[in-house]
Amino acid sequence: MPDEFLTAYGVPFTSRLLMGTALYTSPEVLSQSVKASGSQIVTVSLRREAARAKTGQRFWELIRALGVTVLPNTAGCRTAKEAITTAEMAREVFGTDWIKLEVIANDDTLQPDLFGLVEAAGHLSRDGFKVFPYTTEDLGAAERLLAAGCEVLMPWGAPIGSGRGLNNPYGLKTMRNYFPGVPLVVDAGIGAPSHAAAAMELGYDAVLLNTAIAKAGDPPRMASAFADAIRAGRSAYEAGLMEMRDMAAPSTPVAGTPFFDLGGSQ
Amino acid sequence: MDSTNENSTCAVPPLILVINGHPLTVSALTLADLLSETGYGDAKVATARNGDFVPERLRASTKLVDGDRIEILSPRQGG
Repeated sequence: MPDEFLTAYGVPFTSRLLMGTALYTSPEVLSQSVKASGSQIVTVSLRREAARAKTGQRFWELIRALGVTVLPNTAGCRTAKEAITTAEMAREVFGTDWIKLEVIANDDTLQPDLFGLVEAAGHLSRDGFKVFPYTTEDLGAAERLLAAGCEVLMPWGAPIGSGRGLNNPYGLKTMRNYFPGVPLVVDAGIGAPSHAAAAMELGYDAVLLNTAIAKAGDPPRMASAFADAIRAGRSAYEAGLMEMRDMAAPSTPVAGTPFFDLGGSQ
Repeated sequence: MDSTNENSTCAVPPLILVINGHPLTVSALTLADLLSETGYGDAKVATARNGDFVPERLRASTKLVDGDRIEILSPRQGG
């Protein structure tokens, strides 16, 4: 049965687009883009800031004015310990126990360190956090994350910021089929609305992206394009896609084809 | 950040801490005092000492030791 809402940790959302807030040319463009996207969940982070700079305070006020749900991340953390401490700090500053958990394995791919991820997810879940783990399509790791208390999984489409789309559609499809009842979000690597539509057609519950909108020529317009693509992809999934075939099959009726008896031999 | 207050009347020698990755000599003895001394005041920040989170309510009772690594973090854009 199609689900009208994206539900994460018991909270329903009508939008299936989660947006990152980084890389925008100005706070105004960010604000316009979030509004144009219809997104109801945005990601934020914590960073070092010089005393008296107040830029963090201004950014936080901008986000609060948008009236959306905030999902802090642990971007850049290399160990479970770093991610746990960052999550604890984020919970106090942002006043939420939701955390997008990232434990990064290396600089070139920014791929998740699945071992550290599982360790941190268990610790944070036991401490009351609602963990959204940035993971891969690895089913073993997914099982461990669910056992650790995660109720949402966020496998990558491609490396963060690469815009390459879905590198492993087969793996993502397998993951979808393997965990039919778990909210799944494709996080990272989405470069075009068609990529987002493809993720939704696979039956993913939502898409999380940042760079593809922030670095577009017209970010608010691209945000709107992504919203359209995600709605289209979700509708297609709910409508039921046809089975793919290896060979052609005529769509126009064969019966009554003119000159059929001649077999193309005249 | 503020430089060291040379006229400090503090009874103990100044501490050398690493704050957000940079060494700094301070007269503060607690994490709460450190935030005031370095100009963070009542800014919306989260703190950690030597890799462990320090909640706001514990800053006043968190004593500093020479060489402590302090993180002071603020909200920022994120993906």
